Amino acid sequence: MADMLRPLTALGGHAPAELAVGLLIVTERFDVALASVAARRGRMADLARAVVKTGLPLPEAGRHAAGTPYSAFWVAPEMWFVEAPFATHEGIAGMLKGALGDAASVTEQTDAWVALDLAAPDLAPILERLSNVDLRAAPDGFATRTVIEHLGCYLIRHGAGNVRLYGPRSSAKSLIHAIEGAATATF
Amino acid sequence: MIINHPILGPRDAQEFVYLGDAALMGRPDGMTAGIEEFHDWLYNRDNPAGEHRELWYHEQGDRSWLVVTRNTVTHEILKVELARDVARAMGRAK
Amino acid sequence: MSQSNRIAGGQIDRSRTFRFTFDGTAYTGHPGDTLASALLSNGVRLMGRSFKYHRPRGPLSAGSEEPNALVQLRSGARQEPNTRATVAELFDGLTATSQNAWPSLRFDAMAINDRLNTFFTAGFYYKTFMWPASFWEKVYEPIIRRAAGLGALTREEDPDEYDKGFLHCDLLVIGAGPAGLSAALTAGRAGARVILADEDFRMGGRLNAETHEVGGMAGADWAAASVAELATMPNVRLMARTTIVGAFDHGIYGAVERVSDHLAVPEKGKPRQTLWRIYSRRAILAGGATERPIAFENNDRPGIMLAGALRAYANRWGVAVGDRVAIFTNNDDGLRSATDLRAKGVDVVAVIDARADGPLLPGIRHVKGGEVVDAQGRLGLTSITVRDASGRTDNLRVTALGVSGGWNPNVNISSHHRSRPVWDEGIRSFIPGADVPAGQSAAGAAAGVLSTHGALATGQAQAIAALEGLGITAKAGSLPEAEDAPVSITPKWYVSGGKGRAWIDPQNDVTVKDVKLAHQENFTSVEHLKRYTTLGMATDQGKTGNVLGLAVMAGLTGRTIPETGTTIYRPPYTPVAMGTLAGRSRGKEFKPFRLTPSHKWAEEQGAVFVEVGMWLRAQWLPKPGESHWRESVDREVLAARKSVGICDVTTLGKIDIQGTDAGAFLDRVYCNTFSTLAVGKCRYGLMLREDGMVFDDGTTARMGEHEYVMTTTIANAVTVFRHLEYCRQVLWPDMDVQLISTTEAWAQFSVAGPNARKLLEKIVDQDISDAAFSYMGAGEITVGGLRARLFRISFSGELAYEIAVPTRYGDAMIRALVAAGQEFDAVVYGTEALGVMRVEKGHVAGNELNGQSSALNMGLGKMVSKKKDSIGMVLSQREGMNDPDGYRIVGVKPVDPAGKLTAGSHFLEIGAAAEIANDGGWLTSKVYSPHLGCDIALGYLKGGDQKIGKRMRAVNLLVKPATETEVEIVSPHFFDPEGERLRG
Repeated sequence: MADMLRPLTALGGHAPAELAVGLLIVTERFDVALASVAARRGRMADLARAVVKTGLPLPEAGRHAAGTPYSAFWVAPEMWFVEAPFATHEGIAGMLKGALGDAASVTEQTDAWVALDLAAPDLAPILERLSNVDLRAAPDGFATRTVIEHLGCYLIRHGAGNVRLYGPRSSAKSLIHAIEGAATATF
Repeated sequence: MIINHPILGPRDAQEFVYLGDAALMGRPDGMTAGIEEFHDWLYNRDNPAGEHRELWYHEQGDRSWLVVTRNTVTHEILKVELARDVARAMGRAK
Repeated sequence: MSQSNRIAGGQIDRSRTFRFTFDGTAYTGHPGDTLASALLSNGVRLMGRSFKYHRPRGPLSAGSEEPNALVQLRSGARQEPNTRATVAELFDGLTATSQNAWPSLRFDAMAINDRLNTFFTAGFYYKTFMWPASFWEKVYEPIIRRAAGLGALTREEDPDEYDKGFLHCDLLVIGAGPAGLSAALTAGRAGARVILADEDFRMGGRLNAETHEVGGMAGADWAAASVAELATMPNVRLMARTTIVGAFDHGIYGAVERVSDHLAVPEKGKPRQTLWRIYSRRAILAGGATERPIAFENNDRPGIMLAGALRAYANRWGVAVGDRVAIFTNNDDGLRSATDLRAKGVDVVAVIDARADGPLLPGIRHVKGGEVVDAQGRLGLTSITVRDASGRTDNLRVTALGVSGGWNPNVNISSHHRSRPVWDEGIRSFIPGADVPAGQSAAGAAAGVLSTHGALATGQAQAIAALEGLGITAKAGSLPEAEDAPVSITPKWYVSGGKGRAWIDPQNDVTVKDVKLAHQENFTSVEHLKRYTTLGMATDQGKTGNVLGLAVMAGLTGRTIPETGTTIYRPPYTPVAMGTLAGRSRGKEFKPFRLTPSHKWAEEQGAVFVEVGMWLRAQWLPKPGESHWRESVDREVLAARKSVGICDVTTLGKIDIQGTDAGAFLDRVYCNTFSTLAVGKCRYGLMLREDGMVFDDGTTARMGEHEYVMTTTIANAVTVFRHLEYCRQVLWPDMDVQLISTTEAWAQFSVAGPNARKLLEKIVDQDISDAAFSYMGAGEITVGGLRARLFRISFSGELAYEIAVPTRYGDAMIRALVAAGQEFDAVVYGTEALGVMRVEKGHVAGNELNGQSSALNMGLGKMVSKKKDSIGMVLSQREGMNDPDGYRIVGVKPVDPAGKLTAGSHFLEIGAAAEIANDGGWLTSKVYSPHLGCDIALGYLKGGDQKIGKRMRAVNLLVKPATETEVEIVSPHFFDPEGERLRG
């Protein structure tokens, strides 16, 4: 089954795509494992204890918290998306299930999303053409769901010029096309 | 419109889906209530010009269902609550 | 003739010359010109024809309120009709043509309407096209449509791009005149996030058009210095060429930025216009005021314009509209035009002041208590008839006349939430009333404060007040010195006594006579007046004419103007191009696409794709030599049924449902039971709405004690998820259930056919024999060590599996399946073959799940468990939904195998007339079954379960004449009704 070892990235290549428009650089991230973690009803305290041992941060609403190996961002009340390096955590859902037991419901999300890192000296002029997020006012570590090109995406601000987007994987090409258009209009 | 989400703060109403009158939360129990009661609950609702409690869903956000108290004439939003909290306060459980 | 009317001064760059054409004639202008100022500088006053009477027209104004000078700008695909020449920024190479005139602007055949004006009065349409009713569609409407509109569309695709975006600010300042600049400076210096938007390409508002000094320098210079200071502030965004078009709820404003309209062609990749959605915490309306005319006979002659516009052309653009001018005014501000023009060396022939007590201007002939009673010069003003206080008339030779009836504050945006402007007796005009949009206040002329000093002061004060509400302290700086003249005005709306027409709303050709007619026919309320006469309903929304019109009505009814009231305004403030509203969402970019994991492979095979919602799915995959889609589809169906077929089914919605109450939750949302389902098994589930109709269906598998995977239809993936969240948060908030979509996480393929197991056995690592993995089995497996899921479910009626791998391996998986299937002559099939097989098997899909059908209608009534509460259970028991003679799903076959069926055909008894009383139901889905060698269909037939074996007619009434086929009603399970194959 040698063929089974040849995955395709969300943008359809065997290697992650990289794109530059003006001062914007978009890098497809193919090395991020992703899972959702939701507290079972009434089990938040148990989950909070379990994540301490696991080294899994559970940030407050609207925030991303970085860690090693696990980073996480809030997506819904008592629910987070957890990121980890794909190379070591391809089976992230199974690993988290093992660590968190029945305090949480864990679901594989790695391939449900296309992960894009956006970098530019200032991303606000590009993103204001795409999303209603007030990127200028948002602090670093801000994480939210937002609509870009009609698509529900997660946006994480790591800096004024450094943003991670998670968009629906099947629409990766439409999403990057929209980003390209916005960058072209900006620069 | 802007809906002041109890957790996330002000969010554009474009991110939400509207369902309707929050009276829908009072769903009868199907094992005890009959057709008449269900019919009345499902179809007979007020349509006030003025203050109205409504169910909104933050589909392009955190997927919370909200109870939004809104003046249907002025669009002024007077109160926003998590529907789950309201439901529990109404005595809804499992 | 090169800029014969150009005079000294103005804010134009005379060092550069732009060439442009109007109606094919070449002219020159300068950077800083509008098309109107450039044409006027070349002595061109005639720029358009009116809508109804095709009257020759020139510009009335020098701004966005322009009703007359509408032209077609540019040519070819970029041609844009109804562009206001008064705001169209001149660029080198601009081409413009007049519109609503044929064969030429100077001689327009349709001007015959003007001669027939007694016929085309207010209410003309209502009175004329009433009868006979049958004439409306065939005769009247085509005539009206041909005559309607002004400019023409090219019908070519717009080559430009448009964009949209979102902006945020503490304070939005609408308009960059003295009030707006003062407000922006105050807020900007206080550190607030400010957006200052102005529709003009040069900020400064009236300061650019006046000779006032501000702070000891020319007003225009003060404006430029203020803009320069604001430009240094990182917290201030200056948006010139940006019109705030609407106030929406809770501080949201719409803005159109004309990014490239001042260029011949937009820079590559740059939008022509951008529609911004501005989120503001506070807003100050500083949109200035619009001058209004005084109506008199033939007051629409080219060369007659607003007095303020006349001096704007002189002061800002260095243009004398005429060599001999007169001013007709009822207020002091009109006199400024006379003073300014004379200072520019223009021959001011007379000031006709309607007031008996207006101040005199030394050296200018002054007609006290005078009126202009008529004007001459059809294609351009040549003279005016003036009547003095004693009633004596005189004819004055002039080529331009400036008229001022006072100034109307631009209250439009304050009334977008239905706030009614209120009458201000001091300035004799409407100002913003109560209940303006929350967070909005007005400053300067928009608030009825008409002096420069007042504008600066109120701009500052409103900014301080607005920011105070946000907890930001702004300081009151010392205001620059500026004129503070009081408003001195005596109302004068129209000159009475004449027999001819006096225009109020020139764009829609509404005259004083029309208002009188409306009054006479009792359309006296302002709303009736507007609709009966079309006053204010043209593209300018009556910016110059509305107040005049209702003042005339007030006079006729004997009521005051406040008693008469005013109509209110809706967005947009100025017309918005459709392309701007669409933004990037057009053509192939109308919506995003979703691509399946096998998309790349299918493209390589030359698959034909079909849009299924946002998804692009392979519809069929033609082989070399196949020239008709049916050849491909028949081959795919037969090969799958004979051996094995593969299909990408990733598109079905998948929802992960976990929690200790997951089973109980599914019992509530499905009408059948899931809590009893064994781990490692799946079951077909039917989901109802509360009204008892079927909402959705799909198979749901139990992957663990507290873990299920639900499948939804493609169409309802989003709505089912929303519904489940509703159930868990709102209806049963204490259930321990967690939900997340996994639709995109897994690439899922159906492998169906007698050899399905043999094929998969070559790929998967586990034993999947019938004993080890029985019908409706579900579980985690591995494929060459890779984690995967297997479900033994069938949509086709064949022995079938669905196998899922992480999406990134989907492309590898389809290739592996095809390679492994080679020895079985495996086929990859598309959605058409899928559809054929599901109809052959009698499975319901979108056409049957039509939102009007119950489980009973679908032959699935027994699935609704009454032993437990579930959504829709109670109301599905309503009498009307349980009629034994109600619709039931049936299969349909033509009696003659060559007979053709059409979906949508209606069932009729043999010999029954095709009328509604005899309607028996309809065919929902039709396919050609290569297996049976004929058309087959599913349908809803009244009492259908009792009619198996009966012959009826399927009548297609959508074609004329109707076609019909004799059919036999059969079981909907055309293929393997006992299900032996899928259990094999």
